[in-house]
Amino acid sequence: MTCAHCGLPVAPSSASTAPAGRRFCCPGCAAAYDTIQELGLGRYYAQRILDPAIRAPRPETAERWDLARHIVTEPDGTLSLTLALDGLQCGACVWLIEQVLAREPGLSTGRVNMTSRRLRLAWRGEAAEAERFVAAVERLGYRLVPYDAAALAAADDRTGRALLRALAVAGFASANVMLNSVAIWAGYDEGMGPATRSLLYWVSALIAMPAVAYAGRPFFRSAWGALRAGHTNMDVPISIGVLLVSAMSLWQTVQGALHTYFDSVVTLLFFLLIGRVLDHRARGQARATAQQLLTLRAADVAVLQPDGSVLRCAQESVAPGARVLVGMGERIGVDGVVERGSAPLDASLVTGESLPVQAGPGTKVFAGTLNQGETLLLRATATGSATLLAECVRLIEAAEARRGRFVILADRVARLYAPVVHLCAACAFLWWWGVQGVPASAALLIACAVLIATCPCALALAVPAVQVIATGALFRAGMLLKSPTALERLAEVDTVVFDKTGTLTEPMLALAEDPARDAGALGVAASLAANSRHPLSRSLLAAAGPVPAAEGVEERPGEGLTLGEIRLGSRAYAGDPSAPPAEGPELWLARPGSPPVRFAFRERLRPDAVTTVAGLRRAGLRVMLASGDRAAAVAPVAASLGIADWRAEIGPTDKVVLIESLRAQGHCVLMVGDGLNDGPSLAAASVSMSPATAADISQTVADVVFQGRGLAPVATVLRSARRARMVMRQNLSMSLGYNAVMVPLAVAGLVTPLLAAAAMSSSSLLVMANSFRARSA
Amino acid sequence: MTIMIYLIGLSLVLGGAGLVFFLWCLRSGQYDDLEGAANRILFDDPPEK
Repeated sequence: MTCAHCGLPVAPSSASTAPAGRRFCCPGCAAAYDTIQELGLGRYYAQRILDPAIRAPRPETAERWDLARHIVTEPDGTLSLTLALDGLQCGACVWLIEQVLAREPGLSTGRVNMTSRRLRLAWRGEAAEAERFVAAVERLGYRLVPYDAAALAAADDRTGRALLRALAVAGFASANVMLNSVAIWAGYDEGMGPATRSLLYWVSALIAMPAVAYAGRPFFRSAWGALRAGHTNMDVPISIGVLLVSAMSLWQTVQGALHTYFDSVVTLLFFLLIGRVLDHRARGQARATAQQLLTLRAADVAVLQPDGSVLRCAQESVAPGARVLVGMGERIGVDGVVERGSAPLDASLVTGESLPVQAGPGTKVFAGTLNQGETLLLRATATGSATLLAECVRLIEAAEARRGRFVILADRVARLYAPVVHLCAACAFLWWWGVQGVPASAALLIACAVLIATCPCALALAVPAVQVIATGALFRAGMLLKSPTALERLAEVDTVVFDKTGTLTEPMLALAEDPARDAGALGVAASLAANSRHPLSRSLLAAAGPVPAAEGVEERPGEGLTLGEIRLGSRAYAGDPSAPPAEGPELWLARPGSPPVRFAFRERLRPDAVTTVAGLRRAGLRVMLASGDRAAAVAPVAASLGIADWRAEIGPTDKVVLIESLRAQGHCVLMVGDGLNDGPSLAAASVSMSPATAADISQTVADVVFQGRGLAPVATVLRSARRARMVMRQNLSMSLGYNAVMVPLAVAGLVTPLLAAAAMSSSSLLVMANSFRARSA
Repeated sequence: MTIMIYLIGLSLVLGGAGLVFFLWCLRSGQYDDLEGAANRILFDDPPEK
């Protein structure tokens, strides 16, 4: 039996049964269902397709966001707000949200972007109205988190649009110039008169010259930047070739001569821009998704006002000295000192320590720690330079500065390629002019033919085309490659360093197996736990599988949950005080008439950690483990994975030292980590990966972010990076082979514009077709 | 062969119109959400006010 609104399982005895046999898991879902029916949008249920991988549309206790901070006033006085949308399942959800918003008075725009999973609201009037619009969508079961204006500005894709415009211009020009060229080529046989040919050349020149000036800008700019910095890249030979050949063709046209290459030049730009646009798009998508994941995780902070009321506001706006309340199961948002209350804190995301630490009045706590006990009152300390976060940021910056610039394969080839090609062209000119004694203009023509024949169209596509295809395939499998050079760096990895807590082990504590436990107890406990946001409740629920939430459960902060006589909670609340102490956190279930049952929790390896690590070792990689946790906790994990090389109790600085010493020995190191303490070592490594559950800063630093429960993405990414490198090398050798044939012909003066155009297009298409082989990992 | 002048001019005007149309689409944000556009055609009734 599933809930008629959110599709999650419902207890057969559930009280919220509506007529017609519909059942609901909670009053929120029932209300959402009624709202949708009242608005006449019941069609939604028939047309939607629920995706189990996406959060079900079950209305939750609404988080209160300080929306006013994120509202932007447009120049014409309209207010606008952009929110990250969680729980978007399919096109029907888009339709439902937009229909509901269309019925909200006062709202002028309420539009969902399905690609970036964002909702944009625009209205005239009061800023406070935003609350009403957001609530209307939240009632349906979607979760909305406002986008930070700064993050939004960064996501505004100016470069992408400029590239697309350049592509459009180049496409237009190449189509029209090619049309003229085909006429000219046909005219060779049909006896086209010189006047007509000259006219067609002039038309081609008029189209091609402005197009080159406009569509070539991305290449000219990049080439100029590289030259000014004293090195060279693939764009340097492209720019020189394009400019020289355009100038020569124009001059030929003025002379009324035969050899113009307008078609080759604009087609070259068109092909190269296709590569650039796709490349930019693939990476932009990965970045936007990573940003979305971070935004959805953002939490607000409950600040206690002097008058005793509570104001929820954003993390950045909490002033030092403010008093902050942190409830059970909440992540602490600011660094601070505990003033009142005591609770076990899970600091695994900060220090890598897997066991909770007891905090009481006077204990210093760090942002990112998870409160597992009763509500704590903190006094926020300076969020300035003294915090652990600031320390890690400093270490990250230092490590990044030391890392040095990675030179991509294409640029390494270009460093050799550009001088050789330009030397060839110069030699051809000197030989024909100086030795053979042909006029300088004819010799220059041959030199330009060399440049056109070698113009690295296929060469410049060889790498980006593979990147696009491999990055896109990984993206669809939940692995986000954020850095343009990540793929090439991954292919060189020979050492993998793992963090333990949250990376090799699951981010959530897992229920320990206990054969003595009564089988029915787990189901009962889970149905109570389904009502709580406490991390242990969540773990219990995850262990029990889909269980309907019991109704009428009361939560007593710091103690546990109660349903009539049944209690679930701490040892003092529901347990047997005389039982031997547990190694880790525990929950107790007390039921009338039976002895209390203990649920012990411990960290558990990710389901595929053993096979992944074994697979990496089989692939010839050295695997290491570096953890901030105690040796007693690290040793068994290392043993079960067969990792002989492990370090325990090492802080962020020591991890960086470890990685840098490995790199100094000439190893290429992949660091996989999730904690705040891993941030610096992620930055120090040759290339880095983070799970999507990682601390914000680690996710930002990491080159690759992977989603899902498993560790297999580490092996997948490495495998497909190696395959991509292989295909890139094939592409490069193919295009160099093409040059090896064309250059002698060009030097001998045998290349005609028709031959150049045919050879260039066919080699580019060949390289593109080969690139598709990078798709299968 | 004066017809050539008109034909070349005509082809350029037509191609140029296509280019301008594309740039207009780009500017008005029609390429921002390709996935959404593909799904929206399945729910073709305009939002009711």
